[in-house]
Amino acid sequence: MDARYAIEIDGLTKRYGSMTALDRVSFRVERGELFGLIGPDGAGKTTLFRLLTTLMNPDEGTAAVDGLDCVASYRQIRSRVGYMPGRFSLYADLSVEENLAFFAALFGVRVADNYDLIAPIYRQIEPFRTRRAGKLSGGMKQKLALCCALIHRPSVLFLDEPTTGVDAVSRSEFWDMLAELKAKEISILVSTPYMDEADRCDRIALINEGHLLAVDSPRGIVSAYGERIYTLSGGDMYALLLAARRLPHVRRCCPFGAAHHLSVDADFDAAACRRQLADEGFADVALQPAESGIEDVFIKLMNHE
Amino acid sequence: MNETVISVRNLTKCFGSFRAVDGITFDVGRGEIFGFLGANGAGKTTAMRMLCGLSCPTSGSGTVAGFDVLREGERIKRHIGYMSQRFSLYDDLTVLENIRLYAGIYGLSHRQTLRRTAELFARLDFRKERNQLVGALPLGYKQKLAFSVATLHSPEIVFLDEPTGGVDPLTRRQFWELIYETAAAGTTVFVTTHYMDEAEYCSRVSVMVDGQIRALDTPAALKCRFRAESMDEVFRLLAREAKRGD
Repeated sequence: MDARYAIEIDGLTKRYGSMTALDRVSFRVERGELFGLIGPDGAGKTTLFRLLTTLMNPDEGTAAVDGLDCVASYRQIRSRVGYMPGRFSLYADLSVEENLAFFAALFGVRVADNYDLIAPIYRQIEPFRTRRAGKLSGGMKQKLALCCALIHRPSVLFLDEPTTGVDAVSRSEFWDMLAELKAKEISILVSTPYMDEADRCDRIALINEGHLLAVDSPRGIVSAYGERIYTLSGGDMYALLLAARRLPHVRRCCPFGAAHHLSVDADFDAAACRRQLADEGFADVALQPAESGIEDVFIKLMNHE
Repeated sequence: MNETVISVRNLTKCFGSFRAVDGITFDVGRGEIFGFLGANGAGKTTAMRMLCGLSCPTSGSGTVAGFDVLREGERIKRHIGYMSQRFSLYDDLTVLENIRLYAGIYGLSHRQTLRRTAELFARLDFRKERNQLVGALPLGYKQKLAFSVATLHSPEIVFLDEPTGGVDPLTRRQFWELIYETAAAGTTVFVTTHYMDEAEYCSRVSVMVDGQIRALDTPAALKCRFRAESMDEVFRLLAREAKRGD
């Protein structure tokens, strides 16, 4: 175990009966890093959080947080980490300020001790400090939960899907808050099913069905696994999607917002494909080379292509 | 627009002094994929509950599938399908049992149930899965099954409330192909989502801010009007105007 790393995982495996939730997962998170765990439901993200926060023990492999072994030193780890689970887990019957005071007391600190750390977030919910937590809106609950996870100034912060079900604007604001915490030298492991949030992380791990698909910076992942991509748009997009799948040298074609993405091989001839589409009655289609994104890479890797 | 299947005028819902939905007016045509966007707390869920006959409007008027939203909520329910963000299926029933249960609730005859079940299995390419417990199915399968069950009775309109939340990027796209197919066959699809790339797949999109519809048009026209590159940008421009928190 190396104290240089905020998190160090080696061959971590967890089974529930016959189902393998995590299968030999290994990666390291540097101190002060904002590290994203990106994958859909069922990828094993929550299982990994529960192992790292010492709520469960692994079946195989080792994990260390802040240089401490997750099995042998679980008590010390618990006092050093902050954990915001995916489900709202504060006390609905306590007020905003009572929840905060309660979590501070659990960790043997006073709210005032680390107030500077939570101040930018807590100020936004302070006008409602006497309101019961159960009566807060979704966005405010999330901010309170973050304050409660930070009140003892943890060295590593674990955030399990903090932006799931949150609208695009509030999601972006939440990532701004994480950038501020990172500036205060807190190491952060955050999970998300939204691939477009990858760019807000220093490094990411792509995970699916218990398997790690890739670990690197978002840019590094795209340059390592990116493919030749063309975008295709114009007219009846559904008919165009089906037509694109019949074009030669197209490996895969998926809808991607305003344009379809075609993953193509080296022999793909764009001019010939434009002619073929025109012959099939698709007028005014735009077929342009483009760069791979994280979602393109994820689809490629989850298909074992 | 050819035939209108949803038509509402000044639809309003108040909870005490709070106007959750504040006078919304719009029409949706047959076979449209209508994207219903809005920030958390903008009033989407409340509006959707009124359209589904689950909540009576405080004021305003409208029809869904030809029935009055004020007086015919029960009849509306029989003519629409609904799939929520979290599954509407029973985990401890098998695939076939879930289908039979919903066929019964929607009042399909035995013969209709057999025919629709066969069609559903053919379309989803389910074979060995039919006798599996739904709880044991992979998420992507569940999602597609939930959608197929919500359209089992060939409703005029299917309401989808964040149907793709948490789903992997490939399944999310397969799900949208299912939506395209359904709409092309004449069922109207009314859908909410937080994925802005999915807003681009809709025939038309409305954006709710503070209980009101602030913009409604095709994605192309909205991007042009707001001089935006993407629907994500359009959404951000509008949602930032919100005065009330979520």
